[in-house]
Amino acid sequence: MHAVVDSLAMIAVSYVMGFLFYGFYRQLNARVQRRWGPSIWQNFFDNMKFFFKSETLTHGPMFFFGPMIIMAGAFTTVLFVPFLKDSDWLQGFSQYGNLILIIYLLVVGPLGNALAVGSSGNPFGVMGVTRGLTRLMGLEVPFFLGLALVMLQHETTSVHAIMAAQDGLANWGLVTNPIAFCVILLPFIASQNGSPFDVVGAPVEVYAGPRVEFGGRLLGVLMTQNMMMSIAKLVLVVDLFMGGATNILVLIGKAFALFLLTTVVSMVFPRLKTEQAVDFFWKVPLGLGVLAVILTVWLPSWSA
Amino acid sequence: MYHKTQCEGFQCEQAMLEVPDGVEAVREGVLDRLIAWMRQKSLFVLAYGTGCGAIEMRPLMTSRFDAERFGVIGAATPRQADVLIISGYLALKTLRRVIRSYEQMQEPKYVIALGSCTINGGMYWDSYNTVKQVDRYIPVDIYINGCMPRPEALIEGFVALQARIKNGEKGGYHHYRENIDWYKANQRKVLGDQVPPAYTYDWYHAGDVA
Ligand code: SF4
Repeated sequence: MHAVVDSLAMIAVSYVMGFLFYGFYRQLNARVQRRWGPSIWQNFFDNMKFFFKSETLTHGPMFFFGPMIIMAGAFTTVLFVPFLKDSDWLQGFSQYGNLILIIYLLVVGPLGNALAVGSSGNPFGVMGVTRGLTRLMGLEVPFFLGLALVMLQHETTSVHAIMAAQDGLANWGLVTNPIAFCVILLPFIASQNGSPFDVVGAPVEVYAGPRVEFGGRLLGVLMTQNMMMSIAKLVLVVDLFMGGATNILVLIGKAFALFLLTTVVSMVFPRLKTEQAVDFFWKVPLGLGVLAVILTVWLPSWSA
Repeated sequence: MYHKTQCEGFQCEQAMLEVPDGVEAVREGVLDRLIAWMRQKSLFVLAYGTGCGAIEMRPLMTSRFDAERFGVIGAATPRQADVLIISGYLALKTLRRVIRSYEQMQEPKYVIALGSCTINGGMYWDSYNTVKQVDRYIPVDIYINGCMPRPEALIEGFVALQARIKNGEKGGYHHYRENIDWYKANQRKVLGDQVPPAYTYDWYHAGDVA
């Protein structure tokens, strides 16, 4: 019973945080461009509208199951990321999983996407997926290297243990292992589809990219999972580098601070080309990651 | 809204366009009204730049007039759009594409027609290859007159459309579905055998698809 209520609460929290954060993002973006922008609830309205639209087209069963796979991936990711530390609530099934499982779950989304879009046969969708997979080659390696660094530093794969190790500001991963944070930050922005690396959806460039064939309810499902997934990733980084949170307000505060950092980065930088993005990932974050591995392995006192 | 039943002929049609229909509401319950309220807050626009009026869409969407504060933003594809904007004169060649795009949109969908060209032909009224009343080929929900209408007028049109959605009035897509044969006959009259193939609309006939 507790598990069911807890899981539902986690899903609800991540959904609400998702649309409020994105609503804020759109408003901030508007202010930077010297306009008023939509209300903070706009993403919720958009999402609800899509859920209540008709869905008349079909491209076979995979077109329908693809979004469901992505949605299931988002739900499980949310449930395996502990939202709070030292609490019975908002834990989901996180005690049964660890960081390595979460890494696997993060790839479910792109996979489902590729399946669904592939069956629609729309050239723009296929183009978007190709771009996405190309970018994935660039971003996965430094991202996982950064996570590996964290696991190496704390010598555990359990997110709970990593959170527990960071009691107090001086022990935050951000302070004790800033290089790993830098290694993760840029691939993290990319995995949130933030601006310099938003080559997948690429507004006005490849139409809606992978989503080009989706309208109506399936698009609503995709929007929902996108918002929930972003929150899951934000919370994961908060857990790993900012010491987790003991209650929901602290969680929102920390996740929001991180979100602000990534939004500001994506607001200032225009979109890179796909090959530029991959080049960049292979050079800067990966180079930094290799350097950090050398430092952590050969100079253990450095991170201790 | 224009109706086929009473008469044919241009004068008669004009007269009927001017007689306002009684408001036909389709949404009644509390939930329906809530949905309608959220729906009017979020209109994704497929701007079909057919004529010169399209030039006014750019300032509308960007910082100067900022349509996003009304929840109006551009959609990349017809599948994701709620509102189709016909911005100006419609050549026969374009009409085909517009019909295709309109039929791809998911319901509820609305059409805003921009400029006098869409209302009565405007300054192209005697042109050999533009249609004069867009309403005969696809159902128009809101007309915005002017040549070309300013972005302020467009915003006013959007606000009027939002009010109609909020009140749960019957959208043009209902009329399209109910009078599909009439619309198709009109389209066939101007397009000949260039009319879009039957599979683009035959699902309208397949019972009441929600
Ligand atoms: S109404 Fe005027 S501005 Fe609009 S398409 Fe016609 S001629 Fe151009």
